[in-house]
Parts: sequence; C-alpha cells; structure tokens
Amino acid sequence: MSGAVVEPIPPGTAGEIGRRARDWIPAIVVFTLGIGLWQGLTTLFDVETFLLPKPSDIATSFWDDKAALWDAAVYTFKEAAGGFAIGSGLGILAALLLARFRVIGAGLLPIAIAANAVPIIAFAPITNNWFGLLNPVSKMAIAAVLCFFPTMINTMRGLTSVHPSSIELMRSYAGGEFAIFRRVRLPSALPFMFTGLKVAAVLSMIGAIVGEYFGGPTNALGVSILNDSQLFNFPRAWAGIGLASAFGIAFYGAVALVEHFTTGWAPSARSFRSE
Amino acid sequence: MAQVAAASPSEERRHRGVARRVAATRAATIVLVLAALWGLWEGYKWLWETTGWTWPFVVDDTTMPHLHDIVGAFGDPATAGGPALIHPLLDAAWFTAKEALAGFLLGAAIGFALAVVLAHSRLLERGLLPYIVASQTVPILAIAPMVVVGLGSKGVEGWKSVAILAAYLTFFPVAINTLRGLKSVDARALELMHSYAASRWHVLWRLRVPASLPYIFVALRISATASVIGAIIGETPASIQEGLGGAIVNFNQYYSLQPTFLWATNVICAALGISFFALVAITERLVLRRAPENIA
Amino acid sequence: MTAAPSRVVEIRGLTKSFRTGVTALQEIDLEIEAREFVSLIGPSGCGKSTLLRIIGDLIPATSGTVLVNGKAAHQARLDHDYGIVFQDSVLYDWRTVARNVSLPLEMLRWNRAKRQARVKEMLELVELTGFESNRPWQLSGGMQQRVSIARALSFDPALLLMDEPFGALDEMTRERLNMELLQIWAKAGSTVVFVTHSIPEAVFLSTRVVVMSARPGRIAEVIEVDLPQPRTATTREEPRFFELVTSVREALAAGRGDAARPAAAEDLY
Repeated sequence: MSGAVVEPIPPGTAGEIGRRARDWIPAIVVFTLGIGLWQGLTTLFDVETFLLPKPSDIATSFWDDKAALWDAAVYTFKEAAGGFAIGSGLGILAALLLARFRVIGAGLLPIAIAANAVPIIAFAPITNNWFGLLNPVSKMAIAAVLCFFPTMINTMRGLTSVHPSSIELMRSYAGGEFAIFRRVRLPSALPFMFTGLKVAAVLSMIGAIVGEYFGGPTNALGVSILNDSQLFNFPRAWAGIGLASAFGIAFYGAVALVEHFTTGWAPSARSFRSE
Repeated sequence: MAQVAAASPSEERRHRGVARRVAATRAATIVLVLAALWGLWEGYKWLWETTGWTWPFVVDDTTMPHLHDIVGAFGDPATAGGPALIHPLLDAAWFTAKEALAGFLLGAAIGFALAVVLAHSRLLERGLLPYIVASQTVPILAIAPMVVVGLGSKGVEGWKSVAILAAYLTFFPVAINTLRGLKSVDARALELMHSYAASRWHVLWRLRVPASLPYIFVALRISATASVIGAIIGETPASIQEGLGGAIVNFNQYYSLQPTFLWATNVICAALGISFFALVAITERLVLRRAPENIA
Repeated sequence: MTAAPSRVVEIRGLTKSFRTGVTALQEIDLEIEAREFVSLIGPSGCGKSTLLRIIGDLIPATSGTVLVNGKAAHQARLDHDYGIVFQDSVLYDWRTVARNVSLPLEMLRWNRAKRQARVKEMLELVELTGFESNRPWQLSGGMQQRVSIARALSFDPALLLMDEPFGALDEMTRERLNMELLQIWAKAGSTVVFVTHSIPEAVFLSTRVVVMSARPGRIAEVIEVDLPQPRTATTREEPRFFELVTSVREALAAGRGDAARPAAAEDLY
C-alpha cells in the first residue's frame, strides 16, 4: 500500500495530556487572580463582610469547625448518593423499558417532559411528612426523583438515536431485535447515559441540600447553612457552601472518571459537553 | 435511499390528514396515561390502607389524600370566611411568576452577552470557561437563603433578591449553550461571510446568532424551569408571604390539619413550571418553525 | 468458495411503491450471473438504492419476485448470503478495527481462533495489516471504507451489495479504491451489485452497466462493458472506454427524455 495516511497508532497516546495541561494555564491564572482580588478588595475597602466575607475568614471559619462541617457534609452526601443510586437506577430501567416498547414510550414522553418542568423540590415538605423530618430518606426521595428524569431522558435518547445504517447493517446479518439492542443500541447509548448521570450527580447534591432547607436534623449540611445564614454567620455559611460545592464537584468527577474508563472510545466524549 | 419527488397537492392533503390523526392519537394516549396514573394513585392508596403496610411510609388521608379531595380543596376557603383557595394561590403564582420572569430575562441577557464576548476572545474563553462549567456544580440554590436574607437585611425588597436568584440560575446554561452555538458555525459559512468582507458585527448577527438559536432555546427551556424553581426556593427561607414559596411554608405548618392545601399548592407550582416551559417551547416553535428537540 | 447457483440474482416484475404514493420502481426485470460486476446508475429518484435494498431484503417489494441464490430474498438474508457496504462506512466507534471486521463472524458464532485468523486474512486483503487495534475515527475515510469492505467479505458471501461506497471520497482515493476493489473481486470470486453516481466509475468497474431512469424508476438500458479483464490504470485511457462512457451518458439522457440534445456531465445532477 503506497503512502499510508495514518500510522498504526497504539491506543492511548500521552501526547494529548501535555497539550491539555497547557490549555489550563489561563484558567489557573484566573483562579489565582480571582482569589487574590477577592481578598484584596474585601480587605482594602473593608467591604461589608456580610454577604461576601474575605476568603481568609471563610477559610478560618472552616478550619475552626472542620469536624462538624465535614460530618454534616458527609451526612448530606449520603442522602444525595442514595437518591442518585435509586433515581438513576430506576431512570435507566425505565429508559430500557420505554425504548423497547416504543408505543408506551411515545405516550409517556409528553408526560415526562412536563414532569421535568415541575419544581420537584417543592415536594420536600410532603416527603418530610411521609418519612419524617429527621429521616434522611425524606431528602433521599427528593434527590431520587431529581435524578430519575435526566437519566431516563438521556439514556432513552441514546437508545433511540442510532444511525439507521447501523440497523440495516445488523439486519443484513439477519440480526433480530435483541441482537440489534445488545450490539448497537446499548453501546451507543452509553455516552448519552453518562451525560444524564453527570447531570444527576450534580442535581442529587443540590436536591439533598435544598430539601434540608425545608427542615431536617441539625447535623445536616443544608440545615447548617440555613441556620448560619439566619444567624448572619456568613463566613461559616460560605464554608458550608464551599464544602457542598466540593462534594458536588467530586461526585461529578467520579462519574466522569467512570465514564472515561468505560466510554473512552467515544470521540464526542472528548469534546466539550454541556447539558 | 431513493429520493421522493415533490409532493403533489393531493399528497399534501393526505399528509395533513395523517398528521391530524397522529395528533389525535397522541392526545388520546396522554388522557389514557393520566387516567392510568390516577388509577395507580387511588389503587395504591386503597391497597396500602386495606392491608395496613407501613413501608415505605404509612398511607392515610393525611399522607396521601384522595386526588378528588385535592381537586376539591381548590374550592375551599383558605381562611375562615375567606375566598376559595384557588384565588390566593393564583395570586401567589402570579407573584412568583413575575419574579421568575424578571430573573429569567435578566439572566438570559447577561448569559447571551457573556457568550458573545467569549466567542470572540479565545484567551478569555480559556480563562473563564472552566469556571462557568464548574459553577454548574455549585449548589446555587444553596446560596438562596444567604442572598435573600442578607440582601433583605440591607433593605432590598424580597422579590428583587429572588429575581436575582432566578437570573443566576438562567445565566449559566444560556451562556454555555449560546457559546456552543456561536462556535458551531460551519467553517465554510464563515468563509463565505469573509469573502463578502463582512464586518465582525455582520458575521455575528447574520450568521452566528441565527445558527445558535437552536442551542439557545435548549438552554432557555432548562432555564425556564430553573427560574421557577429558583423563585419558589428563594421565597421559602425568607418566608416571602406573597409567593408560592411562602404558601408552601404556610400550608406546611398546618399540614396535619389540612393536608390537601399543601398538595393543591404543589399542583399550582407544577402548573407554573409547566407553563413557563410551554411558553418557551411555543416561542421556539414559532421562531425556529420546527418542532423543538424533545428533551432539555 | 462453495458452488453457487449460476444465477445469483433474479428479479421479475418488481414494483415498489411507498405508502406516500410514490412509485420508486416499476416492473424491473434483471438477472445477474455469478461473478458478474453489475453497476446500477441513474439520476436521483430512479430507485437504484431502493433496488439494492430490496435485493438485500432490507425493504419489502410491493409486487414481483426477487430471488437471491435461488431463494426468496428474505431467506437469503437469513442465510447470510450477502455482504453490504454503505456510503457511510458504519463502523462502530466502540470496537477496534479488528472487532469491527469480526462483527458478522460473531453473529455467525464462529469460534475465536477462526475469527482471528479470518480477520487477519481480510485485513491483508484490503491492505490494512497493522491497524487491528486502531479505532475507526483514527482512520481516513478511504481506510474506513476498506475496513467496511473487509467486514462485508469476511464471511465469504456469494453476493456483495455496495451503495455508493466511494461517494464520499475524493477522486484520487476513489480511483485507487476502484482498482483495489477489482483486485478483491477477482480474488474473492464474488458477485457485485454496485450503485454509483459516477459514469466513469461504473464503466471502469463493471461487466455490465444498468442504466435507470426516474419517475417512475425503471431500467432504461443495459450496456455490456466488453473492456478486457483485468482492468488496469490504462484502461481509462483507451478509446473503447470513452465510447462506453458516452453510451452510458446517452442512455441516461435518453432515459430522462431529452435524447435530442447532447448530454453533459453536469446534467446528471
């Protein structure tokens, strides 16, 4: 063969990583500048520390109370994780069912779209009444419902957005519905499923915390943040929020990591996605 | 695939007939599904009450009122001798809607403007985009209490803080999706514009923005829902009485006495969320003249 | 290769109308013998891709008979009697090149050793040895199509259906792949039905060119290509080649009903 266009590449070249590190430099610069500016401005102009306390105050606040805050964060994270597991699991199951039995799926789709627009968190008082204010399950339920829809919708989209030629190809091999499902729809649905899971990961944490705003035990992060706000202890409230953010990002990152290892093959997975 | 020749008038009439039949079937399926859900609710309630099962939660008229009781609650007076519940609820819904709308419009405008700036400066994009993306994982709703309580103590009216919250929730999806849309332009279309010596302004408004409209509408659909949620949540910690959030807090306190009122409030919340979403979807269909992609 | 019936494809009175009322194909009669290379060429809307898919039982016929290897097309599909190559290579991103080629073999339940041996053989045939572990997106368009061809032939089908496989490639790659396809065809001894838009390609590759016309789709003319085998790079420069290209062009123009004026290449689109 004269002049191969592409050399046989061993998969997983390291060249990509170096390039990406350089891409991150502007972001790191901005971060450092941002924190520096924040600290500088609040110190120089003695800005009312109430709404935007100095980063140093927040850090001190966190350090003083790190044990209590960390425990609260873990408690709330467990609610989020539990809700994520239940909600996403059911969402994937529902997607598999609805993709298999398209008729029901078509009928339920408008309902699902409408349900997605409902403020689920407004149901927190009701779940509190069902399971008890102090019971973590009441917040887990909210998180679960929040996770259900994005996961189900995205997974369904993946299962049904297969290139028609792929289906024709499988038919040319005398493949039946099950073979098509197993060999084509499932693998191509994985990237979509992970998009949904990433959204769900973020939503689960938000759902747990905001659910706690409607009432919960004092050792929960949301309750702690709310109390601190109402007592005008903003540094500690921000410390709590920072922690909640960190857990949310870590959760998202964990899902993204799993995504990378299972679907590293997807070219689109390597480009920027937003949901 | 063999390409179909242009449809004749009789074929077009046939197409429209088919479309009408499809719409009718769809409407019928929705009614059927709703009826099935109604049946599921009442069936579950009946079964759990008869057998006395307590998992996952105890079922009685307080935890799961009859659906017809919830519907009936709209006609009951909320306060002794006062108007039927539906009136104060609709007033509250209107109040919350205005907050959400104000925030939605503000956030969309800022998000759009930011995206335009980032689309034109690779450096700014590299510097700011990671934070914009990462901030989507910040529990923004978690800041709600602080913003509303804090600003409230400074004399800022409650509804303004809530609107700011809604704007915050709208701003990020709009910025990201608009940016994506602005950059999604076909390289060849860009070259065409350059061959006309089109100014950056022209390229932006005649090419990039129209090309990014589908992406923008995807974000607007998400943001519509998020604004409503943000408005309701923002009202709750500060107990802004006039809105739906305040209504939830109120009726939550009297839940054991009148459970149906809280449920009725939630129905109105759901209706508000769905209406906002529907408004955006309809606008999208009018602007883009095609069915919106099905899911946010 | 196992002995195959000498008539690989036999079509009688085939008509295909869609539910929208469009008649894609009308009263098609066609016979294809073993080891032929038959091109289907015609303007948009003439039904050539539809015809190909009916042969492959991917779309049902409305009336008429379609026999592949002496059986109904449906049975032929179930018996894996043909391989198909699309314009889009339709490779699966989540499989390596090797696993893409072995896909039909997995469906046929070949054991691993046999599969690996055959994959190696096929990749040698299309000259892609060494690319087994690459992913589809790492390859150029031409290479992806070669993988697609390797996959289509991996289970030795008697019939190869190709739907504008080189349509998305540039002219030079296309000419190169044409040569390779002919070499593969000669080595594998299969029968090929090839849909194309390109008159020179059709003449260069085929033993027969079936010219179709549109609205409704039917066969306007069948032209025997009597150029010597094997075809070489210089075949395209022979006078007979040009004569045949002209015949096909005139047949296309006639099929469109304007035989009076000289056809030009642009008229095809």
